[in-house]
Amino acid sequence: MSDEKIKVAYWPGCVSRGFTPELHGSMALTAGKLGIELVELDRANCCGAGVIAEHNQELADTLNARTFALAQQTGLSMMNICSTCQGAQSECQQRLDADSAYRAHVNEALSGQGLSYEKDKQGFTNKNFLWLLVEDYGLDKLRERVVRPLTGLRVGPFYGCYIVRPKERLGYNHYPDRDIYLEKVIEALGGQVVEYDGARKCCGFPLVTMNRDTSLRQAGTHVGDAIDAGADCLVTPCPLCHLNLDMQQPEAAKIVNRDLGLAVLHLPQLVGLALGAEPKEMGMGKHVASTRWVEERLTAGAAA
Amino acid sequence: MADYTIKVRRFQPESGEGPYWEEFNVDLDPSLSVLDGLLQAKDRDDGSLAVRCSCRAAICGSCGMKINGQSGLGCKTQIGEAQEQANKMKAATGATAATADSPIGVQAPEQSAGVNAAESGATATAGGEPIVIEPMGNMPVIKDLITDMESTHWTKIRRVTPWLLPHGEPPEREYIVEPESMIDITQSMACIQCGACVSSCLSMEADPDFIGPAALAKAYRFVGDPRDAETHERLHDLADDPHGIYDCTHCFSCIDACPKGVAPMDQIMRLRRKAGEEGIEDPNAGHAHEVAFVKIIEKKGTLDEAMLVQESYAPGIKGKLKPSKRGLRETIKSLPTILRPLRNRKVKLRQAIPGTHHKLPGDAMDDVKAIYAHAEEHNEEFNLYIKGEEGELAEEDVEKGIERSTAPAGQEADK
Repeated sequence: MSDEKIKVAYWPGCVSRGFTPELHGSMALTAGKLGIELVELDRANCCGAGVIAEHNQELADTLNARTFALAQQTGLSMMNICSTCQGAQSECQQRLDADSAYRAHVNEALSGQGLSYEKDKQGFTNKNFLWLLVEDYGLDKLRERVVRPLTGLRVGPFYGCYIVRPKERLGYNHYPDRDIYLEKVIEALGGQVVEYDGARKCCGFPLVTMNRDTSLRQAGTHVGDAIDAGADCLVTPCPLCHLNLDMQQPEAAKIVNRDLGLAVLHLPQLVGLALGAEPKEMGMGKHVASTRWVEERLTAGAAA
Repeated sequence: MADYTIKVRRFQPESGEGPYWEEFNVDLDPSLSVLDGLLQAKDRDDGSLAVRCSCRAAICGSCGMKINGQSGLGCKTQIGEAQEQANKMKAATGATAATADSPIGVQAPEQSAGVNAAESGATATAGGEPIVIEPMGNMPVIKDLITDMESTHWTKIRRVTPWLLPHGEPPEREYIVEPESMIDITQSMACIQCGACVSSCLSMEADPDFIGPAALAKAYRFVGDPRDAETHERLHDLADDPHGIYDCTHCFSCIDACPKGVAPMDQIMRLRRKAGEEGIEDPNAGHAHEVAFVKIIEKKGTLDEAMLVQESYAPGIKGKLKPSKRGLRETIKSLPTILRPLRNRKVKLRQAIPGTHHKLPGDAMDDVKAIYAHAEEHNEEFNLYIKGEEGELAEEDVEKGIERSTAPAGQEADK
């Protein structure tokens, strides 16, 4: 933690400007409240979500090398708000960093654009908002900013596969606690951590067009388990998980044959609420699964 | 030496009772393995504690189990590390955790021993929280830590025809191939059939019919073998099966579970790539999804979700003029999911129409198109397992002119 203001090259991803617009808006507001300055990479491209790598690995590596190079042009480190972006970009970065000859080959494709990705340039990193919050911003500083502690709110963490595995690729040797950061953040915000089976499992989203049943069975099971464990809501740093857990929740309920109805919050929304933002400005009305219960708990917590 | 409490999920079919937890106190050096701890408990406390093991050196693949929810080998996990993990997960949730009663029989959460510890009123020792040990997942339990690997592992391995299918007259002696042509499959050949990946598989948890990570990694071992003559048939078979290569949920669990660096999910992605290159269309529309995704990024630079759904189910002009039955069915099923966000004004009507998503500015799109041109011309696959990270090669090797590409970094000579 330092008192220096954090300024990052901000990659919002595709889905935050598509089907989860509330994520994009809430991140901007929450960053303001935290005092994090976002320099948006509005010319950067899709990370490929692992699908482009499935088609042509070099293509995925080059597309992400371009994004990293654009970030490096700003002289800042990069921040994303999507577990899938984090995982897909880390995968490409690992290959690019492994071998200078391969890096040079990939950079060839960028040379016409005056771009080049350099390994470790000025300590360049690419971190999800969750990692940045804990490692660079600091939980103590976060605690100081809390004006509406999430007292009594029972929150189930949902990480998204791409940000917890594979551990070796995702820097767990340097930061072994990255798989318990959501718990730490929930506690720092004054909330109560709910333990349930699905926190580090798959939401099923990558399969939703290929095998809808397997996909939604995963989402429905995890939401159901969280409800059974007493959760008031889930929180996730991944908008793709949000699509399956929230937008598809009514469909997932049919597949697992039970009532669901659990609010799923984006990480910046949860942080923003504790920092005093109103649910409406965090875009919570846009969710498919109602967030009313969460709002009621917050009001009750504040009154108590 | 240090004291540890291991908490083992036990089950004896002959008793007529359900599974139960039992704790054992063991005393051994932190650098010794979880398996050593189990064997000490078996030796000192209860000879009936059942566990499979043989080599104790991560070669035979007998002692697959879940340790603190994480699938792996008992002999390759140091008990000191397992203790740290158990303490860490407990600390993460312990202070404020709202734990629910979870009856035994429910799989313990991956990597979270806390819930189990909490429900037993754990007897924490000098080492801390109990280390939770369970039989492998996705398999029936025969007794204690011994699972039946036949139904979900061996049957699936046989399902992928795990032997060579060469054509023509066999050579008089052995088949001669270029050594370089075999490097590609060394990673999948490193498998020791322990089942840890199957135990960890999240697709199989939701769909027990999924062929699964071990069998599909084995399938790649033959698809990539230069001596095999039925590559196309193999790929067709694996793509045509709705529980085949396009039923993997891409969760990376098998990659972290594998004690030998096989990275089964990576092998599944390579099978998809090869099936795609052969133009094989599958009943899950996995290839259509991949092609649609790649084309959308080429056209717009960012992902248009509505267009991805449309093009996955009804690709191109042909798919729209003559949609498949599955395409129609899936499109209809996806309508409520599209309509709900419209009602909430989460998504504006124009955003739900394919082709309207945010697009990169023109000059940025020129950059993206140039990248496509370059990468599609080369289409290089950089396999870290084979090539290793720079600097790993000893200096004397460099002086001898040895290149990393011919010296597999992760290859081990045990199988």
